[in-house]
Amino acid sequence: MMSWLPENVSTYGATIDRLFYFIYYLTGVTFFGVQIALLLFLWMYRARPGGKAVYTHGNTTLEIIWTAIPSVLLAGLALAGRTTWLDIKARQPATDFVIRVTAKQFNWEVRYPGLDAKLDTDDDVVMDNDFHVPVHKPVRIQLRSRDVIHSLFVPNLRLKQDAVPGREIPVWFEATKPGKYEVPCAELCGFGHSGMKGWLYVDSPADYTTWARENKVGPAGAQG
Amino acid sequence: MSQAVGHAPAHDVHAHDEPGFIRKYVFSTDHKTIGKQFLALGLGMLVVGGVLALLVRWELAWPETAVPGFGWVPEPTMYEGIIPPETYNAFFTMHATIMIFFAIMPILVGCFGNFLIPLMIGARDMAFPLLNMLSFWTMVPSSIIMISSFFVEGGPAAAGWTSYPPLSAVPAYTGVNAGQNLWIISLMVMGMSSLMGSVNYITTVINMRAPGMSWFRLPLTIWALWITAILLLLSLPVLTAALGMLLFDRMFGTHFFAPAMGGEPLLWQHLFWFFGHPEVYILILPAMGIASEILPVFARKPIFGYRAMAFSICAIAFLSWIVWGHHMFQSGMNPALGMSFTLTTMVIGVPSAIKTFNWLGTLWGGQIRFTTPMLFALSFVSMFVIGGLSGIFMASTPVDIFIHDTYFIVAHIHYVVFGGSALGAFAGIYYWYPKMYGRMMHETLGKIHFWGTFVFMNGVFFPMHILGVGGHMRRIYTPMQYDFLQSMQPINVLITQSALLLGLTQLVFVFNFFWSMFRGKEAGKNPWHANTLEWEAPSPPPHGNFPGPIPTVYHGPYEYSSPLVTEDYLPQARRVDGVAGGTH
Repeated sequence: MMSWLPENVSTYGATIDRLFYFIYYLTGVTFFGVQIALLLFLWMYRARPGGKAVYTHGNTTLEIIWTAIPSVLLAGLALAGRTTWLDIKARQPATDFVIRVTAKQFNWEVRYPGLDAKLDTDDDVVMDNDFHVPVHKPVRIQLRSRDVIHSLFVPNLRLKQDAVPGREIPVWFEATKPGKYEVPCAELCGFGHSGMKGWLYVDSPADYTTWARENKVGPAGAQG
Repeated sequence: MSQAVGHAPAHDVHAHDEPGFIRKYVFSTDHKTIGKQFLALGLGMLVVGGVLALLVRWELAWPETAVPGFGWVPEPTMYEGIIPPETYNAFFTMHATIMIFFAIMPILVGCFGNFLIPLMIGARDMAFPLLNMLSFWTMVPSSIIMISSFFVEGGPAAAGWTSYPPLSAVPAYTGVNAGQNLWIISLMVMGMSSLMGSVNYITTVINMRAPGMSWFRLPLTIWALWITAILLLLSLPVLTAALGMLLFDRMFGTHFFAPAMGGEPLLWQHLFWFFGHPEVYILILPAMGIASEILPVFARKPIFGYRAMAFSICAIAFLSWIVWGHHMFQSGMNPALGMSFTLTTMVIGVPSAIKTFNWLGTLWGGQIRFTTPMLFALSFVSMFVIGGLSGIFMASTPVDIFIHDTYFIVAHIHYVVFGGSALGAFAGIYYWYPKMYGRMMHETLGKIHFWGTFVFMNGVFFPMHILGVGGHMRRIYTPMQYDFLQSMQPINVLITQSALLLGLTQLVFVFNFFWSMFRGKEAGKNPWHANTLEWEAPSPPPHGNFPGPIPTVYHGPYEYSSPLVTEDYLPQARRVDGVAGGTH
């Protein structure tokens, strides 16, 4: 199963993957334990001529044990993800790179500040479905939607966030490897949902500067 | 406590005249007929939902190619057998809606609830037979409205079974107008049907138990159905309220969910999932009850930990009210809330684990007979474990970021609803068929049906985990539009091939079902040598269920291999001198 997990290229993705593997092995062991016990019992206790089943109504000690162990494990798992979750969704790092993504049927409209370094001015640079960001830099996206609910999904970044009309939801990531990554919409958004996708270009600092100059994209710092 | 109730069966069998055909088979107030009517409705809709599933699978395996045998479907629904994206969205929306509300619920809750509750608690009928009849005959127009939406302009609802607004609230966003309205109206009518049914179940179990049938002598199937009825009573009105708002938004210009006018799209999600998560347990609890019923019978052993089983049903039901937010981790809901919902969601795994271990404990030391109902009940346990364990992945908020809205979720829900509910339903049908129709289902055909279903369902649903881990989104029309999904396309093909075979296997069941009705071996009163009260009645039971007086209950329901008797079963109604049996 592991080989199917797409390559991770974000700073926080590795933590998510670690938690995934941990749950994978934990549930894997439980899965085999239960299924093997089941098959073993089916074999050992198959009906035999003249056989008599054990007459018992249960065992309180066993009940306590198999209530306590899953309780501890599951509560532990709930706590294990806490910091990662808050780091990704709530405690966003300060950054001077802020862009806005507005989802609409069926495109990602990506808005960069123009040379005045401010969003929502006349020289904003707007392009559909093309995301350009520098590598090793925290990026904040002001995620909006113009019509229905969409979901910004970058599998390689382990990033997913619904875009909800009427709200602006802050999303952040820091890419660790230059490359070109697919950005599908993950929430059903109408007949064109399938195929609603963009490309995230994670550029080296030099490449990013070249691209920004060519497209009249200014420094994104003033949005804070 | 049991002596206080159940003395006065509300309906005296002898007061009825022999009813005519219409009263007997169509507008019947007999709980057994109504149960069979729900079964017929549910199985019929299962076929519709199954065909829709295969159409969806065809598109995913061989995108934009003509589906064989569907060239006759007129445009714009299909183009010479090719499914366009609009229709594809409608198909998966209707597949889920039909399966959940019109197949699984009518079979598990409608059929088994109606057929079994009076028989197993020792009553002559439901507390409110007329209300019971109305419950079914409200379900019929609801189904007709839902099916009719296939034939209106714009086609049926296409916003997913979850129908998130604004997509579902504004016709222009989907191109579907009348179809979505009919979807809403149909589900509101369905809500009324469920409400009538659940009030009836709850009252009947509380008031009409036979003498001696105390709460802790109730079969676990009845515990499960009773708790399910309470969940239905409390959750469906929430759905109905949300549906009302959605309908008002669409038809009368209100703005409950329209953000530009001050509405809030997330309000729908909160209401929907506040209903929707108990709904998942409405679909699984009756199947758990059925498995708990069948395992002791064919292991010839008392159920392990009866009280733990009953209490864990109650615990699941209670916790199901406080986990809804785990459907909304990525929705824009305050991330701080995510923490609380993770905890409650993890905790709801505990009673499920308890049940699984108790099922294993029941098998331990048994004399296991591998009949068809037993095979289905065992596979229920095995498959439910997979559905339960995969749930832990999305309960963990960070992991959910990646797998939310992927095929991992689709795999999970299908292991619960197919591996759990549907296998449980099959187990129940094979087990109680002799009581329903007086004849046994064919055992060899049953086993062929079982092995085909078991193998192919895993061929369909297990690879979906792998797709999901690869990032494969759900509800997409063609994976070929995405570079990163190309390499996984062979898995989609494998899934669809398995799905076609899974569908084919069900024909064996259909044949067996009808063939056995006329040619099956005569069942007799108690073909499985089971303990519970329904086996005291003739097969099929007459109007009023028990020809003589209502049986008195002396034991718990699972006294198998009791040392008190020479046989390996001790029916609840059989008195054994000097010793009060029962569970502890």
